[in-house]
Amino acid sequence: MSSFLSSSIGKKLIMSLSGLFLVLFLLVHLILNSFLMFDSTGELFNAGAHFMAMPVIRFGLQPVLFGGFIVHIIYAIILTLQNQKARPQKYASQNLGNSSTWSSRNMFVLGGLVLVFIVMHLMHFFVPMQITGEVPMKMVDGVEIHDGAALVKALFTTGTFGIVYTCIYVVGAILLGLHLAHGFWSSFQSIGMSNNIWRARLERAGYIYAIFIAGGFTIIPLYLHFFA
Amino acid sequence: MTVLNSKIPAGPLAEKWSKHKAAIKVVSPANKRKLDIIVVGTGLAGGSAAASLAEMGYNVKAFCYQDSGRRAHSIAAQGGINAAKNYQNDNDSIYRLFYDTIKGGDYRAREANVYRLAEVSGDIIDQCVAQGVPFAREYGGTLSNRSFGGVLVSRTFYARGQTGQQLLLGCYASMNRMIGQGKIEMHERNEMLDIVTVDGKARGIITRNLVTGEVERHGAHAVVIASGGYGNVFFLSTNAMGCNGGAAWQAYKNGAFFGNPCFVQIHPTCIPVHGEQQSKLTLMSESLRNDGRVWVPKKKEDAIKLQEGKMGPNDIADEDRDFYLERRYPSYGNLVPRDVASRAAKERCDAGFGVNAEGKAVYLDFKYSIERLGQDVIEARYGNLFQMYEKITDVDPYNEPMQIYPAIHYSMGGTWVDYNLMTTVPGLYAIGEANFSDHGGNRLGASALMQGLADGYFVLPYTIGDYLADEIQTPRIDVNHPEFDKKEKAVNERLQKLFNVKGNKSVDSFHKRLGNIMWDYVGMARNEEGLKFAIAEIAKIKEDFYNDVRIPGDFDAMNIELEKAGRVADFLELGDLMARDALNRNESCGGHYREESVTEEGEAKRDDENFTYVSAWEYKGENQEPVLHKEELVFEEVKLTQRSYK
Amino acid sequence: MADKIIKNLTIKVWRQKNAKTAGKFETYKINDISGGTSFLEMLDILNEQLINDGQEPIAFDHDCREGICGMCSLFINGRAHGPDDDITTCQLHMRKFKEGETITIEPWRAGAFPVIKDLIVDRTAFEKVLQAGGYISVNTGGVPDGNAIPISQDDAEEAMDAAACIGCGACVATCKNSSAMLFVSAKVSHLAKLPQGRVEASRRAKNMVAKMDELGFGNCTNTGACEVECPKGISIANIARLNREFLAAKIKD
Repeated sequence: MSSFLSSSIGKKLIMSLSGLFLVLFLLVHLILNSFLMFDSTGELFNAGAHFMAMPVIRFGLQPVLFGGFIVHIIYAIILTLQNQKARPQKYASQNLGNSSTWSSRNMFVLGGLVLVFIVMHLMHFFVPMQITGEVPMKMVDGVEIHDGAALVKALFTTGTFGIVYTCIYVVGAILLGLHLAHGFWSSFQSIGMSNNIWRARLERAGYIYAIFIAGGFTIIPLYLHFFA
Repeated sequence: MTVLNSKIPAGPLAEKWSKHKAAIKVVSPANKRKLDIIVVGTGLAGGSAAASLAEMGYNVKAFCYQDSGRRAHSIAAQGGINAAKNYQNDNDSIYRLFYDTIKGGDYRAREANVYRLAEVSGDIIDQCVAQGVPFAREYGGTLSNRSFGGVLVSRTFYARGQTGQQLLLGCYASMNRMIGQGKIEMHERNEMLDIVTVDGKARGIITRNLVTGEVERHGAHAVVIASGGYGNVFFLSTNAMGCNGGAAWQAYKNGAFFGNPCFVQIHPTCIPVHGEQQSKLTLMSESLRNDGRVWVPKKKEDAIKLQEGKMGPNDIADEDRDFYLERRYPSYGNLVPRDVASRAAKERCDAGFGVNAEGKAVYLDFKYSIERLGQDVIEARYGNLFQMYEKITDVDPYNEPMQIYPAIHYSMGGTWVDYNLMTTVPGLYAIGEANFSDHGGNRLGASALMQGLADGYFVLPYTIGDYLADEIQTPRIDVNHPEFDKKEKAVNERLQKLFNVKGNKSVDSFHKRLGNIMWDYVGMARNEEGLKFAIAEIAKIKEDFYNDVRIPGDFDAMNIELEKAGRVADFLELGDLMARDALNRNESCGGHYREESVTEEGEAKRDDENFTYVSAWEYKGENQEPVLHKEELVFEEVKLTQRSYK
Repeated sequence: MADKIIKNLTIKVWRQKNAKTAGKFETYKINDISGGTSFLEMLDILNEQLINDGQEPIAFDHDCREGICGMCSLFINGRAHGPDDDITTCQLHMRKFKEGETITIEPWRAGAFPVIKDLIVDRTAFEKVLQAGGYISVNTGGVPDGNAIPISQDDAEEAMDAAACIGCGACVATCKNSSAMLFVSAKVSHLAKLPQGRVEASRRAKNMVAKMDELGFGNCTNTGACEVECPKGISIANIARLNREFLAAKIKD
C-alpha cells in the first residue's frame, strides 16, 4: 500500500478523491448560501448555519473537510515540486496555447489563489462564527442563535469595503470556477473513469458544474451588495 | 569447381527442412548459457533472432546504430506479411506460396530456401498474434487478409498501413523482455565497423560508440549480421537515412562472399522526386494498387499540358486515360510484380507521358474505388497513407490521383549464405535483407517481413546450434587477443584516414554524385556501355572522396559526418561491385534489366542457359579485382518458364 | 504546382557540444528554400552550408524520414514536431513557414531525456520502461494458431490505435510536467485490449508505472497537450485506462 501511495498514479488518485470530495462540499456550501437570496429575513440561512454548527457536524464532519483541504493542498505541492524537477532546463519558447487549456496548465496557481481567498473567507465568517463567537446574536423561538446572515450582509454592504469585498468574492468565485473547469473532469480521468465516449461528457459536465458553482457564488455577493 | 557449398539437404523438397532439423546438432541448455552470440541490427530479422536466441538460453549482444532497437527500418514496411494460412479458403498452400515466390523472383532463388520460407510462414503469424500484434480482424474475430502484387490469392496479413511497425514492435517487445532478464545486452547508437576472425572463425566485432566516439571490441562465439540492405548506395531511396551496407561490406572484406549484388528492387509506388533538395524518397504501400488504378494520358498533348501545369488529372476523361498496366497485363492488371510495374512506368515516362513537371510520374487513381466502395472504406484501408501523402505533397489524394514513380527500395542481393544461413566465414551468419536470400531477382510484396522473421524466429535459432554444438568447449572470447588489437587498429586507421583528408566537400556531396551515377547507369535499365562507364566514374568519385572530403568536428566524440563518411566509403566500393555484377549478368531477370536482353514485346528476357546461378563475389584485397564464384541453381520442383503476368 | 520559394529564413538553434558542457543558441541565415522541402532537408542544406564554411554541422536525430521510426525529435517554434498537426518533424514541410520568419529549434527538454549533443537527446528511459513490462511473456514457438482466439474487430482496432505509438517522446517534450503517461499508457492499453496481453496485465501496469516513476518523469495533470502534439494521435483515453489498470492491480495487492 505504501508503494501505491507513493506512486505517481496513487498520488493522483488522492488528488482526485480529495478534489471530488471538495467538489461535493462546494455544492452543499452553495445550496446553504443560496438561502440568503431566497429568504431576506436570513432565518433560513441562520437555520442552515445552525444546523452546520451541530456538534456532530462541527466535530465529526468538519475535521474531515479540513483534512480533505489539507491533503489536496499537500499533494498538490508534492506533485508540483516533482513536476518542476522533471524539467530542469526550460524551453526558450513553448507554445502550449493550441494544445491545452489555460486552466489545465495553471491548476496550482489557481489553487493557490483560491486558497488565499479561502483563508480570507474563513477569517470573515468561520472564525467569528465558530471560534471567537463575535457574531450578532438573534432570538429565534426563544433561543439565542448566531445571526450569520447579518454578518454576511454586513460584509458586502458596509461602506466602500462592501464594494471591495463583493469584488473579491466575485473574483474568488471565478478562480474557483476555472479550477473546477479542469479539476472536475480531471479527477474522473485520474481514477480511470473515462474513455473516448465519456471524456466529452465529463468535460461538458465539468464545465457546466464549474459555471454553476462559479455563477452561484458570484450572484450571491452581488445580490447581497445591490439588493440586501 | 566452386568453393561454394550451399548445404541443401537431399530428399524431396517438402521434407528437406524437417529432415535437416532432425539431422543437425543441438546445444544443451547448460551449454547455451556459456555461449555468446552477437547480433548486428535489430530489425525484424535481427530482433527476432536476438529474442529467440536469448529465450533459448544463449547470451546475446545486440547492436544498432539508432537510439533504440525499435527504430530499425523494418518499422517502415507498410503493406503486410505473407503467410500460407489459406484462411480465405482460396486454395492457398505452402506450395503455392513457394511457387509464387520462386516465380516472382524470376527463378534466381534456391528452391529449398524458398520452400522452407513458405513452410514456416504460418508459424510467424501465430507467433506474432501471441506477442500481441494487432492484426486487422473480421467482425467474427478472425484474422483478415488482403491481396498483393504478383499473386492470385489473399494471403497478406496486415495491421493497417503499419504492419512492419507492429511486427517489429512485437519482436522488440520480446527483446525487451530478454533485456530485462539480462539475457540480451543491448548496445544502442553503436555501429559495427569490422569483424574479428580468429583461426578462420568469426569471433567478434569492432564497433564505434556513436555517442562517445570510442572504438569498442566485442567478442562472441558466433556473429549474426542482420543489418538490412544497401539501397542507400543510390543516395535517394526509400531506405532510412542511416541504412547502410557497412556490416555486410565488412563481412565481405573478411572473407564472406557477396551474392547477387546487382539485384536491387525498384518499388513502383513512391512519391516522385521533386527538385534538387530532396534527401530521401517515400514509399506508398504497394497495397494501394489493390484499389488504385495506374494511368497516364493517352494523348501526348495532354501529357505536355500536365507537365506544364496547364491541366489537372481530373480534366482528363476516362476514355483519354491509358491504364497501361491493365492494357499490357490483363490477368494481373495493376497487381503485377514490382519490377514489371516499375519498368512499365519508366517506359511510359520515357515515351513522354509522364505527368509531373519533370515528366517522371504516373497517376495512381482512387476515384474508381471511391465510387465503387465509398470514401469511408478507402479511408479505413489506407487513411494513414493518404494522410502521409497529403502531408508531403500538399495534394489530397481523395480528390486528385496520387503521383507515383519507381524508387530504389530493397536489395535482394546480399551476403551469400548456405542453407544454414552461414556465410563462407565459419561462425558468421547473415539473415534478413542482409543475406542474398530467398527472393532471387525480385521480391514479392509482403515477403520481406516474412523472410526476416522466418530467418530470425524459426531458421537461424536451429541452424546456429549445428555450428555452436562444436563450440561448447571454447571459452568466452578474450577481446585482448591480438586479432582484436589488429582489427581495432585497422578501424582507427580507416577512420583517421577519412578524418584527416580535411578537404573541401561534404560527405553528402560525394554520396549524391555516387547516387546519380548508380541511378542513371546501374538503375532500372542497364547496358554494357553504361555499366563500364559507371565503374570508371565510381572509381573517380572514390578518388575524389579520399582527396577532398571534409569532416568537421572531433574524432573522438559524436561525429555524424564521420559516421556518414564511413558508410559512403563502403557504398563507393559496393556500387562498384554492383556494377560489375550487373555487367557480368547479361540477361534481364527480376529487378535487373539489361537492355541487351529483351523479348520482341519489350519484356525482360531471362537467359536460363547461361545465368541460372547465384553470383557470389570474393574479395581479394584493396584495389584488386573481385573473383566471381557461381552457385548453380538446381530446380528439381518447378519448371523454368518465361514469367508472364499477361 | 510549383512550390513557393522562401527567400530568407533565420534559424535559431540550440548548440551543445556534449552532455557535460552548457549549451546556447546560435543563429544562422538560410536562403531560397522551396516550400516542398521537408524541414529536415532544410537542416541538411543548412548543414551543408555550415560544412562548407568550415563549421560543425548541427547534430539532430532522424532516420526513416517518413514519420514512422520515431527518431526525429525537434521542438520547433515552441511545439514538438513543429507547427503542423499529426506529423513528425520529418513530415513537416517548409510550406508551413513564412517569408523572413525566425525559426527556433530546441531539443526535447526533460530531465529524463538528457541532451547528448545539439538537438540529440537520450531517450533510453523509454526503453527501460518497456523492459520493465511492455511485452507479452511468450517464447518463440509453441503458441496457438493465429485464429485460435477470436478478437473482436473493435478490440483489435483499439489495440492498434494505442500500438501506433512510435516512441518519439513528443508527449514528454510537450507535457508541462515532462510526464511519460501517454507513452506508457499506450503500451499498457495496446496489450490490455488483447486477450493475449490480459494474462499479465496487472503485473505489466505495476512494473511499468514503477519504472516510469523511478526514471524521473513528471506526473500527469491531464492537460491533454500530449495527445494534441502526438504525431500518431494517441488518445489520453489510454491514460485513463492505465490509471484504471494500475489501480485495479494495486487494489488486488
